[in-house]
Amino acid sequence: MDNDKDLLVVENLTKHFKTSFGVVRAVDAINFKVKPGETFGLVGESGSGKSTTGYVIIGIYTPTSGKIIFKGEDVSVHAKRRPKRLKREMAIVFQDPASSLNPTKTIKDLIETPLRIHGLAKNRDERSKRVVELLEAVELPAKDFMQRRPRDLGGGERQAVAVARAIATNPSFIVLDEPTSALDVSIQAKIMKVLMKLQQELNLSYLFITHDLSLMRNAASRVAIMYLAQIVEYAPTPVFFQNPLHPYTQMLLSSVPVLTDQEEMLKPRGVPSRGEVPSAINPPPGCRFHTRCPLANETCRSTAPTFVMVEPDHYVACHLLQK
Amino acid sequence: MRIGIIENLRNFSTRFDLKRKWYRFSRSPLSIIGLVISVATVIIAFAAPFVAPYPQHASLFTDFPHALQPPGSTYLFGTDEFGRDVLSRIIFGFRYSLMMAAVVLALVVPPGVILGLIAGYYRGTWIDTLIMRIADMFIAVPPLVLALSIAAVLTPSVFNAMMAVSLMWWPWYTRLTYNTVSAMRNEYFVQASEVMGASSSHTIFSEILPNCLGPILTKVTLDVGWVILLGSALSFVGLGAQPPTPDLGTMVAEGGQYLRQAWWLTIFPAMAITLIILAFNLLGDGIRDIFVEEAK
Amino acid sequence: MRRQSSTQPLLEVKNLRIGYKTYLGKLKVLNGVNLTVHQGEKVGIIGESGCGKTTTMKAVLRILATNATVDGGDIQFKGDDILKMDHKRLSEMRRKSITMIFQDPTAALNPVFKVGDLLADVIKFSGNIDIKAASKKTLRQKSIEALKEVALPDPERVLDSYPFQLSGGMRQRICIAMSLSTAKDLLIADEPTTNLDVTIQDQVLRLMKNLVEKKGLSVILISHALGTIRGTVDTVYVMYAGNMIEIAETKDLFSNPLHPYTKGLLESVPKLSGAGFSEGIKGRVPDYINPPPGCRFHPRCSYAYEICRKENPPFFDGDTNDHKVACWLYGKR
Repeated sequence: MDNDKDLLVVENLTKHFKTSFGVVRAVDAINFKVKPGETFGLVGESGSGKSTTGYVIIGIYTPTSGKIIFKGEDVSVHAKRRPKRLKREMAIVFQDPASSLNPTKTIKDLIETPLRIHGLAKNRDERSKRVVELLEAVELPAKDFMQRRPRDLGGGERQAVAVARAIATNPSFIVLDEPTSALDVSIQAKIMKVLMKLQQELNLSYLFITHDLSLMRNAASRVAIMYLAQIVEYAPTPVFFQNPLHPYTQMLLSSVPVLTDQEEMLKPRGVPSRGEVPSAINPPPGCRFHTRCPLANETCRSTAPTFVMVEPDHYVACHLLQK
Repeated sequence: MRIGIIENLRNFSTRFDLKRKWYRFSRSPLSIIGLVISVATVIIAFAAPFVAPYPQHASLFTDFPHALQPPGSTYLFGTDEFGRDVLSRIIFGFRYSLMMAAVVLALVVPPGVILGLIAGYYRGTWIDTLIMRIADMFIAVPPLVLALSIAAVLTPSVFNAMMAVSLMWWPWYTRLTYNTVSAMRNEYFVQASEVMGASSSHTIFSEILPNCLGPILTKVTLDVGWVILLGSALSFVGLGAQPPTPDLGTMVAEGGQYLRQAWWLTIFPAMAITLIILAFNLLGDGIRDIFVEEAK
Repeated sequence: MRRQSSTQPLLEVKNLRIGYKTYLGKLKVLNGVNLTVHQGEKVGIIGESGCGKTTTMKAVLRILATNATVDGGDIQFKGDDILKMDHKRLSEMRRKSITMIFQDPTAALNPVFKVGDLLADVIKFSGNIDIKAASKKTLRQKSIEALKEVALPDPERVLDSYPFQLSGGMRQRICIAMSLSTAKDLLIADEPTTNLDVTIQDQVLRLMKNLVEKKGLSVILISHALGTIRGTVDTVYVMYAGNMIEIAETKDLFSNPLHPYTKGLLESVPKLSGAGFSEGIKGRVPDYINPPPGCRFHPRCSYAYEICRKENPPFFDGDTNDHKVACWLYGKR
């Protein structure tokens, strides 16, 4: 895969935060690539660093080290230092629709803002037309909603507005940070359908961040699983779910709440969940998962594992798979 | 494309969400009372020459035969030692007090708020430190002391009193805005604005500022009372309005000498001060209620 | 566990109607809620946000917001009407019989007290020990026992910590410990694991289930996460817009949902088998100020017919006796 084909390349990306308790190692040297038009899934629990990864990529944080290469350009800096035209190409949808929309603005204002900033419409009428277009694209009744404020809307509607705002500048890449975690399940389905439809129509790439594996199964084409600031397994979606190899992946999959017996059969056994996520200030030495892993041995406790390619495009960082 | 007046008003109302704000405001009858009295005092202040029974008494005027008369039918609040109608002077006194409040707040609020916005947005950098430490210096001095010292150095006049008060008032707005902005700094919608490509000034003035209006407007309203009080205090010690200007504080001071024989010279102006401050305080409470988030 | 309809239920909510006064008018949220919990029964309430499940539970404990009004119905607890109880009896009930675990353990624990103080307080007034005989040592002893029961490692250290020093999972376990050390009859858990990681959720739910069974407590577990409910309770109530619309044993509900809403809901959950996303349920949650007449789901229902628009359906029997649906589609049987 050469750089020209990939939309986004993340190389050895690291982000540490200095706090009064010590240095929080939120993301530690992760690598992955996202191709145009695909959905790349990043799964993990709290403390895994998945959201931080998304924020560094979009420019809310400056990377401590490593590179972010977008469409061939090095953008490893804070959003403020990036060229304006690139900010048109990337967008983010946040987890909490209540605080991602300015409560004092009307829906029309909210969606117009990126249009105004980038001068994408010649006059007021054209802008209004575009706002109506965007609201319809996310299946919201435009005339009704233009003058309302976020607090008049339900969670799903607010999130739809956030999506409309994100696609306003015709970006090629969107970071979706747990876009449906705060929503009810029936609304989640609607929003996911809209996101998938938009991806098709506009050839969008998504970095889809979530902790919900059932959601990921249906949304992403490739998945990377993060534990305590590192990626531990990485595979195309069907492969990932049929043949999960890393013990943490298996633990995560075995705790997924499912509704049918058929799904129950798809879950791995043998690694029931136990223990809690260790601190990101002092991660365990060697393999960071060893404190919770029922299969840990001496090597696991002392040496950090490297990636092994188990089958084409399926990589796992676990000593037990090194032969 | 002419839009009717009704249509315009309706748009204005939606733009600023007035219906909901009025609902929250009107839940408390005291707020309505505050609103009514405040508006009344403002109207009286504006229309002073027409409302006061004896407008000419507000400036150089003497009528010694009628001096120190108790409240009666001709002079509702009585007359002072020069024979001037106390009621008319109080009405003009409203004018000066409110004018002082308006000028001081107009001078103080914009720079104070802007400095607070900038310091809050650039929190943690040298800009923050510079602005906030300067503000701290002004806040550290007790208000009356500072105002007195300044006013004593300059020649006593209404104008200088206003300058003195302004100089010590601005840091409170800076601090208030700074705190509000700091709390909001890491909200998703602010991050969204930056990531989208908005300039810092757009983020500060277009995104953050509208969310600060609640505490600021509340404080402005409550400050009307405080500024008037501070101005009256300065006048009381002779550093503000000079005679024959009918200033409420001056009236209280001068009337003090005659307290035994002509209580109306002091009591009515003092009540007038109390009334204005009370009215604006109640109004301020009401405004604060508007911006309190309704619990789900 | 079969529903014991012969014995007196522990808690019975009958035809409860509750509204909230707001600036736009009155929100008529609860539209005649019916709920029964028997001794030792584990009941789950599934519903999406705004359907009124938290309102119902708050009504049981009488901790509703000040702008709420009870417009009808009653709540019987062991024969007494909770809505008419005097303050003394109500206080006693809250201390000794019924407790509630909330969604956000951080907000539920007072941040300025150490865990040890919080627990000691709760245990002291729980009625399980003699207040006068409660020395500091006894309370500490009991607190350690309570923490051990919820599998918290190093209980001594936890007791001396402040809530902010502990993780979300640990805080929720402390809330569970606090509830279990006092509740004699009923535990109400409102989305107790929604804020926790999936692997911790799993552990906490298993823990709750074991402890509850061990102590013979009844539970009402509220969640919008269907998977959480499925693994933990015996009987499920499905709630929509202020009404209970389906009641069944857990297995029955998930394998054979009857109400169109329940069907739509189950279909919306993404499957681990990778079948893509469903359309969700068309329409929006109703406006509580002007709720639709008759069955509140009818505007969104593909099967709605005349009577649905006029009258709110009562419960009809489904395929088995224990499976009830409030839907006119099943009215003919």
